[in-house]
Amino acid sequence: MSTINEERPADALRAHDAAARRDHEETRPLGGIAGWVDDRTGGTKGVSTLMKKVFPDHWSFMLGEIAMYSMIICLLTGVFLTFWFIPSMTQSPYDGSYVPLQGVMVSDAYRSTLDISFDIRGGLLIRQIHHWAALIFVVAVFCHMARVFFTGAFRKPREINWVFGTILSLLACIEGFAGYSLPDDLLSGTGIRAMNGFVQSIPVIGSYMAYFIFGGAFPGELIIPRLYSLHILLVPAALVGLFTAHILLVFLQKHTQYPGPGRTNNNVVGYPFMPVYIAKAGGFFFIVFGVIALISAVVSINPIWGYGPYDPSPITAGSQPDWYMGFADGALRLLPGFLEFVAFGFTFSMNIFPGSILLLPIMWTIIGIYPFVEKWVTGDDREHHLLDRPRNAPARTGIGVAGIVLYSVLFFAAGNDLMAIKLHLSINDITNTLRVLFFIGPPIAYWITKRICLSMQQYDRDKVLHGRETGTIWRHANGEFEEIHAPLTPRERWHLVQQEVQEPFVVTETTDAHGVANPVARKDQWRAKLSHFYFKDRVDPVTPAELEAAHHAHGPALATEPTETEAAETEASEPAIERH
Amino acid sequence: MKALAARRRHPAAIALLILVGLLVTGGAYSFAAPKDANASAAAADTVAQGKTLFLANCASCHGTGAQGTNEGPSLYGVGAAAVDFQMSTGRMPMTSPNVQAPAQQDIKFTSDQIAAIAAFVASLAPGPAVPDQQYTTVIEPGTQENNEAIARGGEIFRVNCAMCHNFAGAGGALTRGKYAPPLQGIDPVHIYEAMVTGPQSMPVFSDTNIKPASKQQLISYLHAIENRPEQGGMTLGNLGPVSEGLFAWTFGIGILIGCAIWLGKKAA
Ligand code: HEC
Ligand code: HEC
Ligand code: HEM
Repeated sequence: MSTINEERPADALRAHDAAARRDHEETRPLGGIAGWVDDRTGGTKGVSTLMKKVFPDHWSFMLGEIAMYSMIICLLTGVFLTFWFIPSMTQSPYDGSYVPLQGVMVSDAYRSTLDISFDIRGGLLIRQIHHWAALIFVVAVFCHMARVFFTGAFRKPREINWVFGTILSLLACIEGFAGYSLPDDLLSGTGIRAMNGFVQSIPVIGSYMAYFIFGGAFPGELIIPRLYSLHILLVPAALVGLFTAHILLVFLQKHTQYPGPGRTNNNVVGYPFMPVYIAKAGGFFFIVFGVIALISAVVSINPIWGYGPYDPSPITAGSQPDWYMGFADGALRLLPGFLEFVAFGFTFSMNIFPGSILLLPIMWTIIGIYPFVEKWVTGDDREHHLLDRPRNAPARTGIGVAGIVLYSVLFFAAGNDLMAIKLHLSINDITNTLRVLFFIGPPIAYWITKRICLSMQQYDRDKVLHGRETGTIWRHANGEFEEIHAPLTPRERWHLVQQEVQEPFVVTETTDAHGVANPVARKDQWRAKLSHFYFKDRVDPVTPAELEAAHHAHGPALATEPTETEAAETEASEPAIERH
Repeated sequence: MKALAARRRHPAAIALLILVGLLVTGGAYSFAAPKDANASAAAADTVAQGKTLFLANCASCHGTGAQGTNEGPSLYGVGAAAVDFQMSTGRMPMTSPNVQAPAQQDIKFTSDQIAAIAAFVASLAPGPAVPDQQYTTVIEPGTQENNEAIARGGEIFRVNCAMCHNFAGAGGALTRGKYAPPLQGIDPVHIYEAMVTGPQSMPVFSDTNIKPASKQQLISYLHAIENRPEQGGMTLGNLGPVSEGLFAWTFGIGILIGCAIWLGKKAA
């Protein structure tokens, strides 16, 4: 009970304020804890918009969620590991419960990881969850990226988020590499050794850099503590921060959706965040956790006790990095040794440097700038909230597949030794084949993919014009056979005719009024060339006139396109529509 | 041995060989005779039997005097250990020319026959003998001393063998289709013999290189890791990060995408 006398004489002077005050009190929507919080933060407004946010439903939109959840799982299990892990390279004899290592000199990092595995209850399971979640995290990130790329979800206004995603994927790989290096077993030590070599391969400054990073000669005592700081502090902080920005942008810009009846560039058809989507998403978190925990419970990962402690003299067959760094390892395996040369008293290790050091920034830069390149070529400054079906962007899809092939060649090269054993082939032949594939694989993949896309579009056209094949064969009186085609419903047809078609850009003026070559025109010519490359081959969707003509031939009546609400009604139970 | 092989066609070689042979057999005889004349007679029998077997099965490639041909190397000085290893693991007689003679399951020779051929080959020039039990009995874990011996064997294994045979003895690739085979389920005697004879691309680990007692520790380590329960679960062949990555890309993401599709199909 307040003891303040609220009746102040001065109130009489402000009598006209009373109504406003009453209004405010009456509209306060919440009681209880929510009300208490709202009174102090005013958060209800934001939260309620958030709750009403609409999300479209499609399995491919959940790839990002898989990535998010496995990252969260890494964070949680990682905290558990920090309780016991000792990031130190101080040596002492092992006396834990793993017999085949007893009495061997090991570092604290290695010993503590062995202890986590053998002497701490649940430790091995958590370690395996941590590592499996890490692998699956990066797999999911790459799949998510591929989904965004092939559907054109990176177009305006989402270019920034594409760049964020690119950096996130790079950070994820770095985070994984740092973690992989921590336990100080033979494999991770070999990885650090390789990194030391990579840094040294940087022309001129390499050896200084290596000394700087390792705090002296390899291996020293500093690298694991340093990687530990990166692994548990710097990179996770950057990951979480950037991830938050990433997801915030998704909320602000709203999610894209696949084209469909009633779905336009100006709305989102789906389910509200609260209560439907959050239930689905929350449930999915537990599914992801469950699956990863199950895998970790039955499948071993990184059995560090088998590798033994790191020691610079041994090495094991099958020394590879975790998969997300495999492509760089593969590049090293493909680079021929004769590329190394000496000039001006320096050794230029061009058999190592391009694959180990240059490749990463080059690859991620290309990924990062792609949206801007495409935008420059198309000259398209509109916002896009409807996704492309990959077949309707044949050149982009082709480029994507070519990129994947290029990456895969490098990726498989990292496993050339295992392919040699398992397939009974010569490792030299495999390496040479992959070297050739590195150059010819991507163009071939581009060409084939583009052809497939175009023929799928052609098929769509035929389907719209002539209907769906029913498998029913009619025999006419004159003995002629004919397959009956059923006309498409307007709903079905909508998917097949909704796309836009772009024509190649043509340069009209190459010189200015005075006949002087125009520098802008030179740029335009480049643009025209690229635009030609993108849009020269195309299949136009069926126009209403064509459809009309076809129907005259076939008979059935034309149905009209469903309206937004009609379409929404046919969606599952109670969808929501949000407008931009 | 190389110098010997190169000069074996020299006219003096035969005379020299006979001289050496006489000296060696004479020396050996004078050494063995006082003890047990029967034993040496039996040994001579074995060598003779071995020679017959050798001429029938091996001479086509290794030459009638085991001096080597274009099809197979000279066997001078490879010792009984090499023959025992090559034949008991089914590598010899080699069935068809290949980058590497593969180990085979069914062995067409009895252990007596193998011992006979081994004795014959050993009689040609001195070489490593089939190791005796002392160093091929496996040290079992239990006492601290034994545990540390096994762990020591692990260190020797990682330093000398893991680069070809992989950390868990799962095998690895060498150049041009050659490979280091997996080391699971190999008889301790054969592991020992492989070390002292260095079959094909494998280097020889002589007794000065790795002492017999260390070889025994190494063998015990291989035995110990083979007989340990798999704490972590299925090992995916112990092939390292490649098989793990493959698993993540197939089963891992596959199951999760399956769940996503299922959830996406569910009406809200
Ligand atoms: C088809 C030809 C062929 C036949 C038959 C053959 N070998 Fe060989 N052998 C080879 C070749 C080739 C090599 C060398 C490459 C290798 O070790 O695989 C070899 C290697 C060996 C070695 C190892 C030599 C070393 O340096 O360690 C031994 C011992 C041996 N053979 C014994 C025999 C015996 C005993 C027989 C008969 C039972 C036999 N081989 C039959 C072709 C043959
Ligand atoms: C340079 C690579 C290399 C190294 C180092 C090496 N090996 Fe081998 N090892 C081989 C190859 C190649 C073979 C196959 C020989 C054959 O098939 O005749 C082999 C075969 C073997 C075999 C026979 C396996 C079977 O299937 O019968 C054993 C046992 C073996 N090695 C043990 C060892 C041990 C113990 C060490 C360490 C002291 C070692 N190896 C070091 C390459 C190597
Ligand atoms: C977010 C992405 C993360 C990835 C991709 C990742 C990846 C990895 C990998 C691959 C290892 C090697 C594990 C092994 O050998 O079994 C590892 C080890 C480790 N990680 Fe992470 N990690 C992540 C986040 C974290 C976080 C947030 C923490 C702590 C707060 C953490 C703490 C540790 C520790 C202490 C180890 C060493 C212990 C061990 O190897 O068992 N990790 N990490």
